[in-house]
Amino acid sequence: MALKKVKGNIERMFDKNLTDLVRGIRNNKENEAKYITQCMEDIKQELRQDNLTVKGNAIAKLTYLQMLGYDISWAGFNVIEVMSSNKFTLKRTGYLAASQSFHCDSELLMLTTNMIRKELNSQNQYDAGLALTSLSCYISTDLARDLSQDILTLLSSTKPYIRKKAVLMMYKVFLKYPEALRPAFPKLKEKLEDPDPGVQSAAVNVICELARKNPKNYLSLAPVFFKLMTTKTNNWMLIKIIKLFGALTPLEPRLGKKLIEPLTNLIHSTSAMSLLYECINTVIAVLISISSGMPNHAASIQLCVQKLRILIEDSDQNLKYLGLLAMSKILKTHPKSVQAHKDLILQCLEDKDESIRLRALDLLYGMVSKKNLMEIVKKLMVHMDKAEGTIYRDELLAKIVLICSQNNYQFITNFEWYLTVLVELAQMEFGSKQGHVIAAQLIDVSIRVQAIRSFAVAEMAQLLEFYASNSQFSIMQDVLYSAAWLCGEFASELKEPEASLIAMLKYKSLPPHIEIVFIQNILKLYACCLMKYELAQDYDKICGMYEVTQRKLENSLKSPEIEVQERASSTLMILEVVHCEVMAKKGVKTEQIMEDFDLPIDAEVDKGETVAMQLLNLFNGDLNPVAPKAQKKVPIPEGLDLDSFIEEPDFGENEYSSDSDYEIKGNLFVKDSNERNSKPELTEEEKVKIREARKNEQMNNPHYLKSSNKKYEDIPVAELQLDVPLKVLSKRSDKYLKFDNGAKKSRKNKRSKKHKVESSTDDDNELVNKTLMVNQNLELPEGATLSDSEGSVGNPDDPHRALDIDLDLPGLDEKKLADSPQPESNKIKSKKKKHNKIKKDKSVAAAAAAAKQPGDDGENKKKMKKSKDKKEKTKKKKSKELSNEYEEALGISTPSKEFP
Amino acid sequence: MQFMLLFSRQGKLRLQKWYNAHPDKLKKKITRELITTILTRKPKMCSFLEWRDLKIVYKRYASLYFCCAIEQNDNELLTLEIIHRYVELLDKYFGSVCELDIIFNFEKAYFILDELLLGGEIQETSKKTVLKAIASQDLLQEDLNEK
Repeated sequence: MALKKVKGNIERMFDKNLTDLVRGIRNNKENEAKYITQCMEDIKQELRQDNLTVKGNAIAKLTYLQMLGYDISWAGFNVIEVMSSNKFTLKRTGYLAASQSFHCDSELLMLTTNMIRKELNSQNQYDAGLALTSLSCYISTDLARDLSQDILTLLSSTKPYIRKKAVLMMYKVFLKYPEALRPAFPKLKEKLEDPDPGVQSAAVNVICELARKNPKNYLSLAPVFFKLMTTKTNNWMLIKIIKLFGALTPLEPRLGKKLIEPLTNLIHSTSAMSLLYECINTVIAVLISISSGMPNHAASIQLCVQKLRILIEDSDQNLKYLGLLAMSKILKTHPKSVQAHKDLILQCLEDKDESIRLRALDLLYGMVSKKNLMEIVKKLMVHMDKAEGTIYRDELLAKIVLICSQNNYQFITNFEWYLTVLVELAQMEFGSKQGHVIAAQLIDVSIRVQAIRSFAVAEMAQLLEFYASNSQFSIMQDVLYSAAWLCGEFASELKEPEASLIAMLKYKSLPPHIEIVFIQNILKLYACCLMKYELAQDYDKICGMYEVTQRKLENSLKSPEIEVQERASSTLMILEVVHCEVMAKKGVKTEQIMEDFDLPIDAEVDKGETVAMQLLNLFNGDLNPVAPKAQKKVPIPEGLDLDSFIEEPDFGENEYSSDSDYEIKGNLFVKDSNERNSKPELTEEEKVKIREARKNEQMNNPHYLKSSNKKYEDIPVAELQLDVPLKVLSKRSDKYLKFDNGAKKSRKNKRSKKHKVESSTDDDNELVNKTLMVNQNLELPEGATLSDSEGSVGNPDDPHRALDIDLDLPGLDEKKLADSPQPESNKIKSKKKKHNKIKKDKSVAAAAAAAKQPGDDGENKKKMKKSKDKKEKTKKKKSKELSNEYEEALGISTPSKEFP
Repeated sequence: MQFMLLFSRQGKLRLQKWYNAHPDKLKKKITRELITTILTRKPKMCSFLEWRDLKIVYKRYASLYFCCAIEQNDNELLTLEIIHRYVELLDKYFGSVCELDIIFNFEKAYFILDELLLGGEIQETSKKTVLKAIASQDLLQEDLNEK
């Protein structure tokens, strides 16, 4: 034995200590991994020895390796061995290793319970301190339950060093073992008045943390804290107290009124920025929670805003950032106070720091008004040109759109201006991912603001022309989508549809979802041009147009995308049929083709109508933007039973007959809804009419049928007051119309100043390029994007977003604790106890068998049993006594009494 | 406070303290992510960033970055104060501290931190008291060693 010891000591001389290890790693930068593997082997060797000092050395080295990211969980048992040493040095090493490497789910923790308890009760305050510090890192539910009583006892220790740590430790215990809160609370409360400032501050910390998660239980402590706040000068503590009040005031506005004065005093007097910032935040919270009727209300806000301005103007980036952050809180309730500092916030957009710029952008969103919108957007556009970084520019672009479109374009007085802005944004190609946002906006605005359509269509036509003619011209591709669609859908607004058609036919390799729109809208434009030529009897041009279009579409037939193929082929077929029709009318017989494509169209030839008219009928009907979830909101008209059959046998026959009319499936649906809605009044005549209408609109997409819209409007239901207006378009656009009409006279003047500068490039472009488009709409996707854009407009205002954030698990634990009635928590307790007994027995056995603990397992066991018995008895007693006190403390006693 | 990390300008971790238990894998992921994010930030940028649902407060002292994660409602400036206080303590303890001091005496750095914070909450705001506690523990350690 002695020999072994000597041998061990000699070997130790050759062992590497921690410093050697660190040095070694530094010297072996080239093959660090190899070196560390070697060291790990050495350490494992050392851990196999009996000498605890050697083990301690090994553990110290492992702790270092752990920090470098190596797994040392395998050494957990050795760590416990070192922790159990009697020597402070080793203990210190062991507990440090434990706090770094133990995990609260670890099985090993069962072995530590008694050891830690022993340390907690040690005479040496540093032993106890060590144990507390370490325990705080890995405390588990079991440990918390088993040790809570010991830690609670330490709250009454004579040594402030211990009390302080124990108070803080209690918070961790509460998180893991909520049942401990009730019995511990009175003592914790006492500590608020502890003579030692460290202990006091620790108690404030703990209660502040508890209260932030679950404020209503701590309202009764408000007087105590109020006293502390007005008498103490320790900034660390003051900040916590003020934060606590910030959590309490929303529940008790009277408290807020009382707070304003001392807080404003602090704001005036303090030189500590952190305290100032906390005060401002709490004042904001207070003012938000107080509804009205505060005499100093405006003055306090003014003070806050002034102070924040000083923060923002500071050269310290941190203060600037926080100032903006706090400003945005004020903005929500007192926008006007913040708007006064627009200059400052715009200035922040120039900041070098991206995070500050983003904060400033957030603020701008809430600061715009009808008067300053153009100005702000202009600055943002200028800023966008200079800005660096795709992500930031994307953010900027999205913000501009958001700012302009908020509240249904509430702040836009001139839509021509807005469209120009959108077009300019679209031309800032920088790999942006926001193209779809602009596209959606273009479509949304053009549909909803009827007065702007011709302007919009002209702009879009121009874009397409640019795109077709100039390969250098860069634009966000998604915008082509809306350009094509708008030109098609509102082809009648185009001055020269032929030019637009030609431009669109020149499209190059486009993403499939855009190519589809192009094909569809080429057809619309084709129909428009056809109309024009047919009326002019210009058959040469018709043939020319047909050939060009046909050639292009045949190319698209080769597309690998099935959707593109399908669109191209059906469009081709339609074109062919129509062309035959036109030629037939002209007198040129092309019977061959007609035989091949015996579509119903040819049976429908109407002498009075031109062929183009029939084609145009395909695209007939206005598009109304549908409010989100509008479908769900359509109430069922009185007397309508959706479950009963509508003229059972008849209905079926109708259906078949309409099928034989080459109805597209979609039309069945539409017809269905038509008949349902109008069911009661349906007469034979009406049925015939409907059927006729259906024939005319054969290929039409159901969602855009005008007839169906009209039907809805006819139903009295539409006049009921709904949350979401069904007829979004008409109402909103009416508003815009009024706007526009009113502004029309002054628009030119208005534009002249700011707008001219921006749009000057466009005006130039107009001279160069005059493009015309004739297109008809691709309807379904359009509807889809519409609703998308509406969704994105609504989001930022959603209050739940902000609320979602903080509730983390510990918070929930506490809620449970506070909310659960007493008996329930007892149940849980008893269950857990049973469970734990088993565990404990296991753990003791394991510890006894495996650990060669220097201590006394037998004694430990006895102690444990005793203490367990004691604990259970005392707990029962105490819980009864304390629950009374506690309820008083958590006070249903209203603070109103204390705050007259 | 959720955790504190110390790392060098080269991205080497010098100290990590977690006040909430996480699996090792997650710790590593978080560490890597934060180190890259913070090192790519320019020196003129402010010390705060929003990260997941936490706020990160960091500050560079010489070649070392001190980085703390706090909750949404916590006070960023207070956290900066804590970091500063810790640096002051290290400075006092080592006598104008440098990165090497922390590398070679990393356990001391931990001990000091443990006297300043417990379970992520500020424990002692007085520098004197902290240093006294450390000194007397060191003394205890040496005494025992001599025995």
